[in-house]
Amino acid sequence: MISAATAVAYVALSTAAVALFPRSILVFLIFQGSLLYAYIAKIPGWLRATLLAAALLVLMPLIGTYNGYYLEVATQVGIFVALALGLNIVVGLAGLLDLGYVAFFAVGAYSWAIFGSPHANVLFGGGGFPLPSWWFYPFLVIGLTMAAGTGILLGLPVLRLRGDYLAIVTLGFGEVIRVLANNLDKPINVTNGPRGITPISRPPLPVEISYGVGFYFLVLLIVVVVILVNRRLEDSHIGRAWEAMREDQLAAQAMGVPLVRAKLLAFAAGASFAGVMGVVFSAKQVFINPESFTFLESIGVLAMVILGGMGSIPGAIIGATVVTVLNLQVLKGLSLWLNELKNAGVTIFGYNLAGLPTQLEPAKYERMIFGLILVFMMIFRPQGIFPARRRQRELGES
Amino acid sequence: MTTLFEAVDVVKSFGGLTALQRVSFALDGGIASIIGPNGAGKTTLFNVFTGLYGPDSGTVSFRGQPLIGLRPDQITALGVCRTFQNIRLFANMTAAENVLVGMHARIRLGLRDVLTRGGRFVETERGLWQRAASLLERVGLRGKANEVARNLPYGEQRRLELARALASEPALLLLDEPTAGMTQSEAGTLMSLLRRLVGDLSLAIVLIEHNMRVVMEVSDRVTVLDHGEKIAEGPPRDVQADARVIEAYLGRRATARRAAP
Repeated sequence: MISAATAVAYVALSTAAVALFPRSILVFLIFQGSLLYAYIAKIPGWLRATLLAAALLVLMPLIGTYNGYYLEVATQVGIFVALALGLNIVVGLAGLLDLGYVAFFAVGAYSWAIFGSPHANVLFGGGGFPLPSWWFYPFLVIGLTMAAGTGILLGLPVLRLRGDYLAIVTLGFGEVIRVLANNLDKPINVTNGPRGITPISRPPLPVEISYGVGFYFLVLLIVVVVILVNRRLEDSHIGRAWEAMREDQLAAQAMGVPLVRAKLLAFAAGASFAGVMGVVFSAKQVFINPESFTFLESIGVLAMVILGGMGSIPGAIIGATVVTVLNLQVLKGLSLWLNELKNAGVTIFGYNLAGLPTQLEPAKYERMIFGLILVFMMIFRPQGIFPARRRQRELGES
Repeated sequence: MTTLFEAVDVVKSFGGLTALQRVSFALDGGIASIIGPNGAGKTTLFNVFTGLYGPDSGTVSFRGQPLIGLRPDQITALGVCRTFQNIRLFANMTAAENVLVGMHARIRLGLRDVLTRGGRFVETERGLWQRAASLLERVGLRGKANEVARNLPYGEQRRLELARALASEPALLLLDEPTAGMTQSEAGTLMSLLRRLVGDLSLAIVLIEHNMRVVMEVSDRVTVLDHGEKIAEGPPRDVQADARVIEAYLGRRATARRAAP
């Protein structure tokens, strides 16, 4: 009872606090913390579901009207949650270390970017492009299919590889896709090279509150579908075969798991989530170029999966949220704050911050702090924030 | 009528070492044991039977169908399943999940069933879990369904491997040293379980075994391998008395000493 009241009060108060201090990053963090608390607190399932649904469906859009940037953060979190869930299938469940995952994101992104912008006119001639913006929705499926196909294409040559070797090949594959995107502006201009493609059409949205809110709901809807698909895959003979493959490939095959099909399915399933989100990403950004699909992005998504807990759906979600919030909010906020101190000429321990050399600008620590967090996390909680838990089942034992 | 399982003149060598020299083996039912000193080629023979190795020459067939060139999972789907000498369970999965993976080849559900989770899926899945429970009970692991495999004691891990193999509904079961590390009484319990399986499920079993008491008690027939060659085959009593077998196990002098008085 007490924890239920605490959870409700925590969520309600933190929302009110965000409304009062819409500029305070710290307060928004407290709001995010309240959602986490609602998730882990010992409260009845219906209350947890109601709280989380209310927070995501009502409170978050409301907060977005006070500070649009927070809605942007939430949308980004949604995109990365889907990416992390996709990679979680490949790495966490099937145990296939994929360091080039962002390639599938790129495939999805470029598939809509090309046809949803005037760039397709350069490619095909005529003036029929961009496609009408409602084509965005069919392209969610097309992007998914393209990415899944690319996943199978990557899967085929690496079927015999495991562990480190597989990691190296997928790393190379990711780079190949990026370099292709960078250089396919000649002889035929497919990707427009490093200049990128713009303007990419944004989808028409039924919710006419504000575009940001509508887009947030679109991403939320896709994430919910992705989570549902993920859970169903995991809790089936397909998911069990993936895990068996991760545990002992040879034994899995000897027990009747067709390795080729299981591996290709894992690559395709993981890639398809990235493909869908690629389409969403390109529409959200309006502009994309190969810089968005670097090796560092692949590693970032992998860090989310590992940080959250390999093979765990809640883990992938929390991992993606923590990393995205850290990058977009906490580390940025920290460096902004330090910069303010510096500009104000505050003195700490007798040292005037205004005299700080430019090499030591706070913005430059962002990656370092991120790296340190990863290091400490892996030392003190290597299994991740929400490690995979075995499903306990009541068996009909007679 | 064709023989259930038949291997003819199987040859397998690794580099310069000939692991199997024209080994033939046939089985129609009951329990057959393969014995022999370490390095005799017993496990290699199993690996050839289950498709992990392709032989250099020779044929292997199950119910008249050639197995050479098939993948291990295809051979399992046909009805030949095995356990491993050094336990190879899916360590981080529960006992029940291990058994469920064993059923993989028998599951007739597609991606669409999994994603839509319709009545067919729910029905099938419930049936699978029930079957897993009854298999676990059969091997004496009742109440251990939700235990993670690596937390089980050694003897129970061996029995779980047996349940997992049984889950694939084999007609021929290949067990690689199933009693290794068990006490004599545990081994005895396991053997009476195997005997029951042969009766209940009309299963044919091939055992690789080092525990001679077990071999002599349970086998209908014993095959002896030494240095990749089959040196004897027959009912346990005859094999026990075979001079070449004694030589292979104890050395030439032992044979002489035994023959002398």
